[in-house]
Amino acid sequence: MFRYNVKLALKSMRRNLILTALMIAAIAVGIGISMTTMTVYYMMNGNPIPAKSDVLFAVTMDSWSPLRPFNDDKPERAPHQVTYHDAERLLALAEGKRQTAMFESSLIVEPVNEDELPFEAGARVATADFFTMFDVPFIYGSSWDQAADAAAEPVVVLTRQLNERLFGGEDSVGERLIMQGTHFQVAGVIDSWEPTPRFYDPINGAFQEINEMFVPYSLTLSLELGSTGSDWGWKAEEITSWEQWLNSESVWVQYYVELDSPRDRDAYVAHLDAYVEEQKRLGRFERPMNNNVYDVMEWMDYHEVVANDSKVLVGLSFLFLTVCLLSTIALLLTKFVGKKSETSLRRALGASRNIIFNQQIVEVAVIGFAGGLIGLLLAGLGLRGIQYLYEAPDGLVSLDWVMVLAAIGLAILSSMIAGLYPAWRVCKIPPAAQLKTQ
Amino acid sequence: MLQMTGVKKTYRTELVETYALRDMTVSVSDGEFVAVTGSSGSGKTTFLNIAGLLESFEFGTYRLDGEDVSRFSDDERSAYRNQKIGFIFQSFNLIPDLNLFENVDVPLRYRRLSTSDRKQRIEHALETVGLASRMKHVPAQLSGGQQQRVAIARALAGDPKILLADEPTGNLDSTMAHQVLDLIEEIHANGTTIVMVTHDQELARRAERNIHLLDGRVAADEIADKRSAAA
Repeated sequence: MFRYNVKLALKSMRRNLILTALMIAAIAVGIGISMTTMTVYYMMNGNPIPAKSDVLFAVTMDSWSPLRPFNDDKPERAPHQVTYHDAERLLALAEGKRQTAMFESSLIVEPVNEDELPFEAGARVATADFFTMFDVPFIYGSSWDQAADAAAEPVVVLTRQLNERLFGGEDSVGERLIMQGTHFQVAGVIDSWEPTPRFYDPINGAFQEINEMFVPYSLTLSLELGSTGSDWGWKAEEITSWEQWLNSESVWVQYYVELDSPRDRDAYVAHLDAYVEEQKRLGRFERPMNNNVYDVMEWMDYHEVVANDSKVLVGLSFLFLTVCLLSTIALLLTKFVGKKSETSLRRALGASRNIIFNQQIVEVAVIGFAGGLIGLLLAGLGLRGIQYLYEAPDGLVSLDWVMVLAAIGLAILSSMIAGLYPAWRVCKIPPAAQLKTQ
Repeated sequence: MLQMTGVKKTYRTELVETYALRDMTVSVSDGEFVAVTGSSGSGKTTFLNIAGLLESFEFGTYRLDGEDVSRFSDDERSAYRNQKIGFIFQSFNLIPDLNLFENVDVPLRYRRLSTSDRKQRIEHALETVGLASRMKHVPAQLSGGQQQRVAIARALAGDPKILLADEPTGNLDSTMAHQVLDLIEEIHANGTTIVMVTHDQELARRAERNIHLLDGRVAADEIADKRSAAA
């Protein structure tokens, strides 16, 4: 019966092409707009590392000014980065299962091919644990080891794109690369890895592309690697040398730790408290004790990766979809009025009310399906527009299978809901109503 | 086959109450060909609608093919209508964008018959009315008489116990009307019970029995004079 109803639906749709086109257009526009905003919201709100989001924690400690909080609007919050000095100490204490201090930087790369000019490439300066903690996939080699961290060895992990540019995509493990005048050895090449949002560094942009290479954090001192990311300071300090900068109260290092259980989490905060107590005795950390760790999703909320505007926009787009569906209801009523005589005849020939109801619902579902398909095209165009408008990287805002299925499902479901009243009206037509007047 | 006893049907509006049938008592035996006549407003169509389970009624009892259908639910009436009754309407009532095969298929679809069974029945019914070669045509490609023959095929395909015809030749010219009536008589000759509503006395005489309605009651019930019809 379902196939028969689909066949009847297609015939009925052909019978009044203009009305059908209007209904499909109304649904398509509603679905297109709501799926565009939904996709952006879904992309922003998704868990970028579901398997580990509850065991990875960003660390904050309140080393800010005793006179005012780091954030006047949210005085309970500590700075979301730590000083180089504190990061070094936390790394040395190594109280977590794994930990990494990190920041964004850039290095001047001298290409292997001498015909090419040197160029600047973005780098993430981190410890070896970064790759294990964040499940970074490799195509060649692996991360450097902790011995390389300890010895501040000049090793580098390249992204697939940079490896393509420098070594033509070949296995470059063991190859030499001159950066900042230092010979680096390639330890590994990572595979495509675009966590969205970029959860490990929402501070410098949750929707930025990942850095082009990774180098050991321990090189910061010897190569004087400066941060190209955000930094904040509160203390009037005289900084005329690299050492003074590293020892300043400026916060520019992000610190992540991996902890396996809530108990480990509590224990780690206790360790932080103990460390801060020690620092307080040395005259630092003059504000009340305020040490925290935030898991991945808490960290996303903290940085309002999903802006309230996006939530409002999703709400508005669904309101618009509702308006489109109300228009569809009106059009369906008009369409179904034209089917009175056929319905009456079908009832006379033995169709029950349920059969008639189902026939109409299948018809609106088919209309919804068509509207969903066109809506997907519109959503694709909308996302292209957003990508262009915000200069987002390729593929960052795109419809994945979940969203495609959601769009089709939403289109069919919402159309069926819109069709309930018109279908109910139609199935109430008595069998003898129109037979004499046709 | 059909026994109505004391059936009463009233149409009500806010202002007026109209008695369509008053104490209607009528009986039609298996294999009979009965014509129901009467002037406009005499209750012919209401009688046919009730007989065809298209409408309910307030008082009285109605037995069809041995079953008391008086208090059937809407769903039960639909199913019984589909199984037992074939309809022929004055205005053919074919669905314009379905071809002949699909039009005849409509009542069979609601019986959940197998595809091969439906196909066999449809082809046989269209052969019976002489339109098997045109089963892919749509109604608009046919003459009025041919369209009515398709409607008859649709009624026959379900192998009904009783055929209810409402002015079956009302929209046809005399030649086509005779062809259609010949077909109806042929169907009757094969043993199907037929009740035909008509205002045309000449056509009524081709039935075996004439029931004349007046003001919602049976005013006369007599054996038809076939000789005058033949003349």
